[in-house]
Amino acid sequence: MYTLEHVSKTYSQSKRRVTALQDVTLSIPSGQLVAIQGPTGGGKSTLLQMLGALDRPTTGRLTLGDAELSHLPDRKLGGIRAREIGFVFQGFNLIPTLTAQENVETALAPLGVPAEDRRRRAVDALASVGLADRAAHMPGELSGGQQQRVAIARALVKEPDVLLADEPTGNLDEETRDEIMDLLEGLWRDRGLTLVIVTHDSAVARRAERRLHIKLGIVTER
Amino acid sequence: MFFTSLRRELAGRRRQTAIVAIGMALAIALVIIVNSVASGVRDAQASVLQSVYGVGTDLTVSQEPTPPTEGEAGAGPGRFEFGADDGTVSEDSTSVSQSRLTAGFGSTTFDASALETVTGIDGVAAASAALSLTNLTFSGEMPQFAARDQGPPPAEGGDTAQQPPTGGFDGAGGSAFDVDSFTVLGIDPGAAAVGPLSSVELAEGRGLEASDAGQAVAVLDASYATSADLAVGDTIDVGGTEFEVVGTVSSTSADAATASNVYLPLDLAQSLSGLDGQVSDIYVQAESSDGIAAVQADLEEALPDASVSTQADLAASVSGSLSTASTLISNLGLWLSLAVLVAAFLIAILFTIQGVTRRTREFGTLKAIGWSNGRVVGQVAGESLVQGLIGGAAGLVLGLAGIWVINLIAPTLGGSATTGAVPGGAVTAGGGGGGPTAAGPFGDRLADAAGATTEVVLNAPVTISVVAIAIGLAVLGGLLAGAIGGWRASRLRPAEALRSVA
Ligand SMILES: Nc1ncnc2c1ncn2[C@@H]1O[C@H](COP(=O)(O)OP(=O)(O)OP(=O)(O)O)[C@@H](O)[C@H]1O
Ligand SMILES: [Mg+2]
Repeated sequence: MYTLEHVSKTYSQSKRRVTALQDVTLSIPSGQLVAIQGPTGGGKSTLLQMLGALDRPTTGRLTLGDAELSHLPDRKLGGIRAREIGFVFQGFNLIPTLTAQENVETALAPLGVPAEDRRRRAVDALASVGLADRAAHMPGELSGGQQQRVAIARALVKEPDVLLADEPTGNLDEETRDEIMDLLEGLWRDRGLTLVIVTHDSAVARRAERRLHIKLGIVTER
Repeated sequence: MFFTSLRRELAGRRRQTAIVAIGMALAIALVIIVNSVASGVRDAQASVLQSVYGVGTDLTVSQEPTPPTEGEAGAGPGRFEFGADDGTVSEDSTSVSQSRLTAGFGSTTFDASALETVTGIDGVAAASAALSLTNLTFSGEMPQFAARDQGPPPAEGGDTAQQPPTGGFDGAGGSAFDVDSFTVLGIDPGAAAVGPLSSVELAEGRGLEASDAGQAVAVLDASYATSADLAVGDTIDVGGTEFEVVGTVSSTSADAATASNVYLPLDLAQSLSGLDGQVSDIYVQAESSDGIAAVQADLEEALPDASVSTQADLAASVSGSLSTASTLISNLGLWLSLAVLVAAFLIAILFTIQGVTRRTREFGTLKAIGWSNGRVVGQVAGESLVQGLIGGAAGLVLGLAGIWVINLIAPTLGGSATTGAVPGGAVTAGGGGGGPTAAGPFGDRLADAAGATTEVVLNAPVTISVVAIAIGLAVLGGLLAGAIGGWRASRLRPAEALRSVA
């Protein structure tokens, strides 16, 4: 359960100040599938960073469950990201020097999971995204859709409460896009995740329970 | 995870890893070689000193040479005086031969009672006195001036005898002189434990023994004996007295000459040189190496006119190619290896920074999925450290190979330490006693005779400290690059992962 109260974010670059989020007040109940849409530069990624505990709002209050993300120190935010939040990126962001399985394992490293456990859970996670036979492949040897599946496995292997995806299908063709969306929707339904997807794509957004629109930092419901 | 990532990352960018490792390897190899050669040169210096001052000599006492006072000149025992009766007179020339024993160059004598003062000082384990001398043998033929005077005075522009006289040193035509000199060291025949003969090896015959006091026996440096065509059982003329050669000695360090050409019992050396009760050097052994400084201070207080030198002071008096090598190593070698080391460190640092910059998205992603700063920094530092260690290991191998090659070539270095010299040594001071000065045609030969030139084979040792230096530098370089790279990585905002979409 996310709650945002009068959340604003301004970036100051030398003299120029950009207001990326302006007085956002909303709540996202646990288990909801939310799509965020809007024009480029509207503030979608900024909002996702606030939800993902990657950055703190300039003003306002933001909580995830009991944790007040807007006021916790970096170290605590890191712990919350490690335990409770999974990320999926537009560019997949896999570590190019590690195999698919090792990439999935990186998500378990900060949790202190023993090596043997880590391996088993990574293999299971890869199986759940349909890549059981690709565990030993390097990212460069996988297609875009397969890479994004590995990234989804990495995000979900720690069994988080929240999955945040920034344009997860932005680099994929329509067919692969639908496969990935099917996968995400299935996982969301099976695991009771809170799933927030930023997308330009109305076909993706149509699958969400709730659609938010951000323009010039101002959030409106659709 | 840590090791997997590390291994994959280093293997994934083999070229950078290789460049950094090679840079480190070259620098570390250079440091190792310079370090080892430097200690080899130090050893060589020590062995030169040893051959002159003896093993176990911690300090030497000698006297500052005092400039000759007026009126003293010519009063010394060094003047050759040929009377009308000297030599054998043939029809028109006189053949003369005379040898003189005089105080060694660069040394001043002082009263032998100083030895008792020295032995009386706390912390002195043993001491022995020696008298450094030079024997000059002057032989040749002088023309009969009288005979020539009786002849008709040469006419100006005449045909024969009008040329400026050529020939001998005296400028008189028709004379031929030969000056032969060798160094003589009068030593206490009973005290072999400390002093110049403590570091020699008997080549033939026997050494000097306590019972030799007052006996006309001599021990020769083996290489001098060879060059002078002398052997055990022969006799040698020292200061006009025939000495029986009872033994020859050679230096314990290979190819090195010993301190002096000829060794005599001290008492005879003193009486023949007219320096009764005088010595030029006292060799002192301290009870412990920690006590050397204290003993030096006490000696200086007890003997205010004397100059007291430690082995370290004496090292400065070693000259020749050895001192050139020493200077070269300590200046050029040091700076060169330092420069290469700095360059290698800079390369390592730049590559690490470049690597972190290139992996912005990677580190941002890891931070976004919950990796702590410490974990990311540790990864970067670990990679640099391993890179440094690879370089260190390669550098160690390279350095040891270099040392091996140097030892295979085994270059020979020559060094001379002026016997009994005061640092800053006054070879040209000519001993204040009115003897021949070292200037002029005799200068070079005399200077050669006064200082024992010692040839030492350079041996670059491999020590634990050499290995420690290699590992230490490798770790240092790795950690330095890792710390700077890690600091860069720690400043990356996790939000960058979302920001920099490829
Ligand atoms: N680190 C930053 N420094 C300065 N300005 C920033 C920063 N991050 C975002 N902005 C600005 O904030 C505004 C919102 O950016 P944001 O990335 O949230 O937009 P977006 O909706 O995700 O756009 P897109 O669809 O192109 O991804 C933009 O005007 C952007 O330039
Ligand atoms: Mg965006």
